[in-house]
Parts: sequence; structure tokens; C-alpha cells
Amino acid sequence: MSQIRVLVGTRKGAFILTSDGQRQNWKVQGPLFAGWEIYHMKGSAADPNRIFASQTSGWFGQIIQRSDDGGQTWNTPGGEALPAPGEFPKGESNKFLYEGTVGTHKWYDGSQHPWEFKRIWHIEPSLTDPETAYAGAEDAALFKTVDGGKSWKELPGLRHTKGHLWQPGAGGMGLHTIVLDPSNPKRLYVAISAAGAFRTDDGGESWRPINRGLKSGYELPDPDAEVGHCVHRIAMHPSRPGVLFMQKHWDIMRTDNAGDEWREVSGNLPSDFGFPIDVHAHEPETIFVVPIKSDSEHYPPDGKLRVYRSKSGGNEWEALTQGLPQQDCYVNVLRDAMAVDRLDPCGIYFGTTGGQVYVSANSGDSWQPIVRDLPAVLSVEVQTLP
Amino acid sequence: MIRVALPYHLRNLARIQGDVHLEVPPPVTIGAILDALEHRYPMLCGTIRDHGTRKRRPFIRFYVCREDYSLESPETVVPESVIQGSEPFLIVGAMAGG
Repeated sequence: MSQIRVLVGTRKGAFILTSDGQRQNWKVQGPLFAGWEIYHMKGSAADPNRIFASQTSGWFGQIIQRSDDGGQTWNTPGGEALPAPGEFPKGESNKFLYEGTVGTHKWYDGSQHPWEFKRIWHIEPSLTDPETAYAGAEDAALFKTVDGGKSWKELPGLRHTKGHLWQPGAGGMGLHTIVLDPSNPKRLYVAISAAGAFRTDDGGESWRPINRGLKSGYELPDPDAEVGHCVHRIAMHPSRPGVLFMQKHWDIMRTDNAGDEWREVSGNLPSDFGFPIDVHAHEPETIFVVPIKSDSEHYPPDGKLRVYRSKSGGNEWEALTQGLPQQDCYVNVLRDAMAVDRLDPCGIYFGTTGGQVYVSANSGDSWQPIVRDLPAVLSVEVQTLP
Repeated sequence: MIRVALPYHLRNLARIQGDVHLEVPPPVTIGAILDALEHRYPMLCGTIRDHGTRKRRPFIRFYVCREDYSLESPETVVPESVIQGSEPFLIVGAMAGG
């Protein structure tokens, strides 16, 4: 029978939740890296026992951790003590240096400000090579490892794509979304707050903004600007890599041509503000969002935690409430805190800033909490294991 | 033998129990102590000093013989009692407040 492993990053450590395919009885492992912020953990599709974790701290900076046994033990790749005295330590696995001249981006006061590395928001392992992974940074940049995380190099072409016009939002200028095209290893999508969405078709050498059709009337002086949109999350179904769904600051958007043109599909949602968006594992037109009241009030409308599902690729949405709190609920669900498994029926998972992780084992029809009292959940990823 | 006391999170990261004892050839400066520490425990690179600039991270403090050495130059030689190991070189996470 299949097994499910849920990787949960929180403000105060990481947790691993495991169950069989029934998804009813769960074992909780953790906290791992107790006391540290774990922005993201994700397993390799090429080797599910290999898991990367982004461990960060305002005091001690950025650490990359790696497990090669499904999360039982962890190491900083390349962080082993050197056997020969006199050699300078590497410690490259934690080193994220911008390539070449650091350059500047737009600052809050309109001036130009140098890029400053703060943390890794998201790690996206390669679909085919366990040694290769991408890492999205704040201040926004994309890094790549080809040695299992021992060393990281920036793909600087991204920041050359009008980077001087990118400006941090209140949450920081983070590269938070990395989507790999399973049909074309040269094509990647990334999204940055608050710069927008970008695509490369040559493996990361060169990039282009893909923000046509996004409207940011309240956030930008030019609502149709080429860059500067506050994209919160992008999701793709692997069977249709040219179709992307986006939760923008406001608005749910979709593109059917790899980002060349977006159109709004917010439809009848009670609010089209929110953070996560994801696609059903077996139904590429079924998508899930969690509406949040507004950019000023980061909690669900009416105190009711509702996942909304569209089975038509947007526009027509239904509230999913069974098992979710329908009164006095004022948590948020962050952009990286929703994921789906590959079982049938599809499992949907999300974590809240109140420390709950919910699962639906029936494509969203009903929900149950796996855990209720974790630290604020920053990210949720799911591995479906044989 | 230099005795270095690390904060809780860095001891966990480097899997250290208690103080670290380091051989540091003279002159025993702040920078030389940190070089020796990072050589022994490469996973600490970047956690005390910035990878690029090698400057002390903003919320890291160095305390020596009840004095704050955080703002001293990396070339500053530490007191003899630290060099002899009778006093530790303290690496401390700054108070968070709140």
C-alpha cells in the first residue's frame, strides 16, 4: 500500500507527518531543527528519500540541510570537517553569493538599493536528477546546485530582466515559486514578490517577464506594468505544462500559453485575495484556493476557513467546508503551505498560521486535522511513496 | 588551547556538546579564532560571519573576560587568559527583545 509523507516547515522547526494510503492515522515526527525557521522542505522526485530543507535564522543566517533517508537523519551537505589541517573550510552549502557585480533594485523610497541575501524561501529539486535542485532567494534570485546542495551558483540572467525595477513588498522581495516543465527541461517558471512571473526557455540563461494580462490597479501606478506585480503563487498540472494557474495578490489568473497571456478566473469567489493555489493530481482543470479577506486583513472572510474548488479551471467555485472551522477562525494559509498527493482519490493538504495541518483524502469534499498545535506553518509538501 | 563557547543553536548545528577547544597559533586574534572554528566545523561558515564580506553577522556578539569585543577589529589579539584557556571566548546570539 502507498505511503504518504507530509513535510511541514514552521516558524520553529520542521515536522514530518506520515500515514498509509488511507490517510486517517498519522505519525508525527519532530520538531526537527527546533527553534529555527524552516521556510521549505521538498523531496526529490528522482530519489524520494532525498529531501532538502531551508533552515534560516535572523541570528545565524541560512543553512541548507539534506536527508538521504527520508528525513530520519540530516546533514549539511559539504559541511563535513576537513580531514587535512591547513585547508580552508568550504561550507559552500550555506553560501549564496550573487554572481558578478551585485547590482541594485528599487527600494521603498524609489532609490536604488543593493541586493542583499537574506534567506532561501523555496527549494525545487530536479524532476530527474537527485543532485540538481533550484533555490529561490530573498532578495530575489535563483540559485542552482548540481552536486546535491554542496554548492550553489546563481543563474544571474533572471536579475538582469529589469531587476532594477523590482521592488520589495511588505513581506520582502522573495523568489517563492519555482515550477519545472516536465516536458521541457529547459523551461522553468519563477514568481517573485513583488516583481511578477518570469520564464526561461534555455535552462535559466535568459528570462522574460510573463505578466501580460495581470492587472494591479491598486498596487501599481501602471496597472499593466511589465514587472512589479505581486504574484503569490503559480501552480501547474504536469500533464499540461502550458497551462498555469496563479494566485495573485488580488485575482486568480490562468494562462493557456505558458504565460504569454493571462486572464482572470476569480469568478464567484467571496474574495480573490489569497496565497496558495494548487491543482488536483488527476484532474487538470480542478484547482484549489483559500480566499483571504483582504491584503489588510489576512484571515478568512467571516471567520470561516473555506477551501474553494473549481472543477472548470476557474470562474465557477464551490466552498469546501466539511471538517473545517466555520466560526471564529482567523488564521492565514501561506503561499507554500498547500500541496496535493498523487493517490486516487487525490489528497489535499494545507497548513495554517495557527499551527493546524489539514488533510482531505477525498479531493476536498471533507477535511480533518492531522495536527492542531504546531508553530505557524510556513510550508507543506507531500510525497506519495510506493 | 582556546576555549570557545557557542550558542545553543550553533552547538546543535555542529553537533557539539560543551565548549570547543581549539589550537590557534599566535597571534591569537578574533579572526584567527573564527578561522580555526570554521575550519573544524565548516557547517558554521556563514552563521557567525557573512560568507561574502566576512563581517560579523548583526545579531552575533563576542564577549571576552566580561568585555564586549563585538565591535573590535578581527585583528584584535584576545587577552592572555583566553589564550591560556582559563577564560572562554564567548559567541553569543544577541537578545531578541520583545
